[in-house]
Amino acid sequence: MIPDLGKYAVWVLAAYGVSLTLLVGLVALSLQQARRTLAELRRMEESRPPQRRRGPETLPREQAPVGAEERANG
Amino acid sequence: MSLWEYANPKRFMALSGAVLPWASALAALCLVTGLIWGFFFTPDDFRQGSTVKIIYLHVPSALMAINVWLMMLVTSLIWIVRRHHVSALAAKAAAPIGATFTVIALVTGALWGQPMWGSWWEWDPRLTSFLVLFLFYLGYMALWAAIDNPDTAADLTSVLCLVGSVFAILSRYALVFWNQGLHQGASLSLDKEENVADVFWYPLLVCIAGFVLLFVALVFLRTRTEIRARRIKALTARERMAG
Repeated sequence: MIPDLGKYAVWVLAAYGVSLTLLVGLVALSLQQARRTLAELRRMEESRPPQRRRGPETLPREQAPVGAEERANG
Repeated sequence: MSLWEYANPKRFMALSGAVLPWASALAALCLVTGLIWGFFFTPDDFRQGSTVKIIYLHVPSALMAINVWLMMLVTSLIWIVRRHHVSALAAKAAAPIGATFTVIALVTGALWGQPMWGSWWEWDPRLTSFLVLFLFYLGYMALWAAIDNPDTAADLTSVLCLVGSVFAILSRYALVFWNQGLHQGASLSLDKEENVADVFWYPLLVCIAGFVLLFVALVFLRTRTEIRARRIKALTARERMAG
């Protein structure tokens, strides 16, 4: 399966191993931060007093609660 | 419709939300195709042997390490001139991606240099300017983390980005400026005589496309996270004032 890398196999495999580990780690970390932040924002918006939780379509934009526009847009 | 409308967080979230799945899927497709093509289906070079396969990681990551900083320079200038928060947050979001690309370029370069040059590291103009660029990435991220006020942090990091741009440009043109050192010339050129052979060139292009798309996907994802984190801060401050 792996091509014959000859006497340089260690260097080539190490380069691929380190690079792919760093790339996968960066993607995983970014996804984890994104999920955690979205969950935190949703939790905060849901815990806000009900009189302030009206959708942006019922309020002028400048009066809409922070985060409501984003929630409306998914 | 003006480009500046995307400085509005709502519009940016809508655009990035639509682009993100496509950019992610295309990035994965290009990276998997390019790396499998390059690793399994290209021959060894007559001088470099199988170490030529490192080119599919080293060249795209080095290219992106410089271009990510230049993207940060543009967004930092937009922040300084027009005070659009999304642009400052995009620069902040891009820094860890650029730093990772720089580490990959440095590590793969060292792993190629040891068998080819007989040395892990040389104080060659291009290598040295790349190392300094990496230190600038670290300093940039540290500065964002060290300052509580987001506007002050954006101001100071933008100035740091302007200074660091000198090294980003030096990294690209070090060979032209000094005309010395071990590092060879550009692997990619519009001049067919200077370019790498077609058998290496096509999978390399696919890998470069993969790295560019990966950057687009990650910078959108991370900027969306930064915008949401900013909203969380605003809500927390509002609740504190109300309570």
